[in-house]
Amino acid sequence: MAAISVAEPPPPLLDVRGLSIALPDGADRPFAVDNLSFTLNPDEILCVVGESGSGKSMTAHAVMGLLPPSVRLAAGGLFFRDTNVLTQPEAKRRELRGGRIAMIFQEPMTALNPLMRVGEQVEESLRAHTPLDRAGRRARVQELFAQVGLPNPAELVRSYPFRLSGGQRQRVMIALALACEPDLLIADEPTTALDVTTQKQILDLIRRIQAERHMGVMFITHDFGVVAEIAHRVAVMQNGKMVEIGTAAEVLNRPRHPYTRQLIAAVPHTMGQRAAFARVGEPLLRAEGINKIFRVGGGLFRKAKEVVAGHEIALTIHAGETVGLVGESGSGKSTLGRSIVGLMKPDNGHIFFRGTDLMTLAPRDFRPFRREIQMVFQDPYASLNPRRTVGDIIAQGPVAFGESPSVARAKAEELLGLVGLDGNAAGRYPHEFSGGQRQRISIARALAMGPSLLIADEPVSALDVSVQAQVLGLLDDIRRRFNLSMLFITHDLRIASRVCDTIAVMRRGVIVETGPADRVFGDPRHAYTRALLDAIPGRGWHVPAELAQCPAELAQ
Amino acid sequence: MAGLARFFGGRLIKAVAILFAIVVMNFLLVHAAPGDPATVMAGEAGAGDAQFVAQLREQFGLDRPLVVQLGTYIGHVSTGDLGFSYRQQKPVWELLVQRLPATLVLTASAFALALVLGIGLGTLAAVHAGTLRDGAITVLALLAYATPIYWIGLMLILLFSVRLGWLPAFGYETVGAGLTGIAHLADIAKHMVLPVATLGLFYMAVYARLTRASIQEVRDMDFVKTARAKGLRESTVVFRHILRNAILPVITVAGVQAGQLIGGSILIETVFAWPGIGRLAFEAVLQRDYQVLLGIFFISSVMVIVFNIVTDLIYSLIDPRIDLAS
Repeated sequence: MAAISVAEPPPPLLDVRGLSIALPDGADRPFAVDNLSFTLNPDEILCVVGESGSGKSMTAHAVMGLLPPSVRLAAGGLFFRDTNVLTQPEAKRRELRGGRIAMIFQEPMTALNPLMRVGEQVEESLRAHTPLDRAGRRARVQELFAQVGLPNPAELVRSYPFRLSGGQRQRVMIALALACEPDLLIADEPTTALDVTTQKQILDLIRRIQAERHMGVMFITHDFGVVAEIAHRVAVMQNGKMVEIGTAAEVLNRPRHPYTRQLIAAVPHTMGQRAAFARVGEPLLRAEGINKIFRVGGGLFRKAKEVVAGHEIALTIHAGETVGLVGESGSGKSTLGRSIVGLMKPDNGHIFFRGTDLMTLAPRDFRPFRREIQMVFQDPYASLNPRRTVGDIIAQGPVAFGESPSVARAKAEELLGLVGLDGNAAGRYPHEFSGGQRQRISIARALAMGPSLLIADEPVSALDVSVQAQVLGLLDDIRRRFNLSMLFITHDLRIASRVCDTIAVMRRGVIVETGPADRVFGDPRHAYTRALLDAIPGRGWHVPAELAQCPAELAQ
Repeated sequence: MAGLARFFGGRLIKAVAILFAIVVMNFLLVHAAPGDPATVMAGEAGAGDAQFVAQLREQFGLDRPLVVQLGTYIGHVSTGDLGFSYRQQKPVWELLVQRLPATLVLTASAFALALVLGIGLGTLAAVHAGTLRDGAITVLALLAYATPIYWIGLMLILLFSVRLGWLPAFGYETVGAGLTGIAHLADIAKHMVLPVATLGLFYMAVYARLTRASIQEVRDMDFVKTARAKGLRESTVVFRHILRNAILPVITVAGVQAGQLIGGSILIETVFAWPGIGRLAFEAVLQRDYQVLLGIFFISSVMVIVFNIVTDLIYSLIDPRIDLAS
């Protein structure tokens, strides 16, 4: 390997010249990437920012030579150290791929082969690109695992992916990418699927390794907080075109292009600016002493592993109040939400809704409460039945409760208007809508039942920032208009600070801190809350004042 | 290893319980059919008078209440005694042992052929999806799948035995040739070609279709992209990463079918006059030879259970996420 790390040839490392990638006929635009030009220097982190569909991932895949067969390289060149990789034969490209250019993907849970030991998966890359023998490869893999901060490398190499957490898997992916000491690392949203605290660790790791090895890093993200953490230079893409490129300071603090300005304005930034919420009267919902333990694995002869999803949880929600339930994945937030809706039964405890203990009700007696408590789910792509029209989906609930189909249908159209969709959307199917639109449909579906409490389980985490801002705006508007109470479950503290009156911080099934949003964010008392706040990417960066003034919803 | 021992222990207990239920059900089913061996034997002996039939019944214990007969039978089976065939004047166990090897050789070869060819063709089709090669394989699989198995057998006999005279049309070996050693094995192999091909073709089609569909599902998964991003050769990506993950559903189906192969070979054994269990079963039904029939049922149940355990074992070897002990 030493032979390769001789003095760098003159910059740039990667030179993209007039790259165009054609989409198949019938797509919403002719080019996924349209006449794109930029350079990436050695020893530099270039963040490529854009919303989904902007062509940023497509560009990365083109550099790797991993474009899906449905698209076509239409024009331009990709020069890696002065060689146009696009004209190279497949064998040469294979040498580059994984050898000189490596890539980390977004979803660590699915990016590793579930049937192979993780050490073996890293070894595979070494076998393809280096002359190391078996023992040499083994030693190198352990060295790499230690470098990326995986615990106990000697044993961990023999683990299968399913034994590792998301953060650990992403570390394995990074070790895999670094295996052959690449000159260029492409990271495609490598922290988007991770918790904030894990995200912080992975960002630190990438930054450290980049500095040590003087690699060029092309870092794809949609999160300006992450950009502020890590970027040397920033390129902003929209609809396959580059709209702005410059140093991190320039783009973050003095964005010129309207699209960049709009994206930055949409960044959730109003930490604790809400008016204090005044609780009146009895709480609408009062949960007490909720316990839930999941038993994982185990069998006739073996003790199961216990995961505490709820331990003596107490929570109140008043009429008109939005309570934010914040915590990392696996902390038990969703378990609590689902227990309140009645999708899951806690081991014990009480959930009083307007004075009735839901936990003691038989399914038949619970039924009237289903109208009262409705849920909006996280994944708008999976939560709508693909074979029913949108109108049916919305009308279904009221019809099940005895409303006449024609009335329910008319109301569905009205609700669609309310959530900002066209009335004729009722006759179409979910797949005809974008993620943000589908989430609006989900909200309309929940509203159709006329609930007084809405459980929103990560309702915007699958959406782009600007769409996020719109959907959050809609939720806030609806909440006010119908005086709805809301339990807002999220892992993103920036979002929680924008929509919640009260915050409950949850960790390993325990609510460690509760209080008004202002207080919790302004004066966190529990160490874990502080750790969560510290982990928010881009804490040192503030949205430029001129953009912070304009409400994100209006920046569209 | 302790996990493995526990797995076998647990499965053995379950297997015994299942076998008991099967034995009882088979016994009652067989006895629910009209007619009994005594009437058939009396009929064949040309003596239809009631006294003779009654005497035969008494001799074979057929006059006793069904529950008593069932108790006796279960008692015998649990000691490994499958009964005595009065028709053939031999212990059932001996009959089965005589016939079993022929069936096992036929079905095992057909099964292996089907798996290897099916997975191979399925992979080839999936890798070249949308091309002529894929189309040809898909059509072949569809034909083999949709054509009645006995008809394929008959057509193969017509072509290769009657027309071309390349292969023998029936039997297990050349009767009276007195071959030994290699020549004997070659003779058996020659007799096996047509029945194995006929039986294997159907299952091959199933596995080819299944493999193709499964690969198409796996090939777009993220870890396949990771494998490509490592700069691996396409063949390594296909075999090591795609196929290994895609093969799990094929194994599930194959495991179920492996247990059923013995039953499925009845048709083939009849078409090709193959002296195996299938033909024995067919004859036993015609002759109301309860003991033999029950013995065959018993053996095939054991096979199904064994193949289920083997399938689970293979599954756990391929997929580390499956924990045998749970």
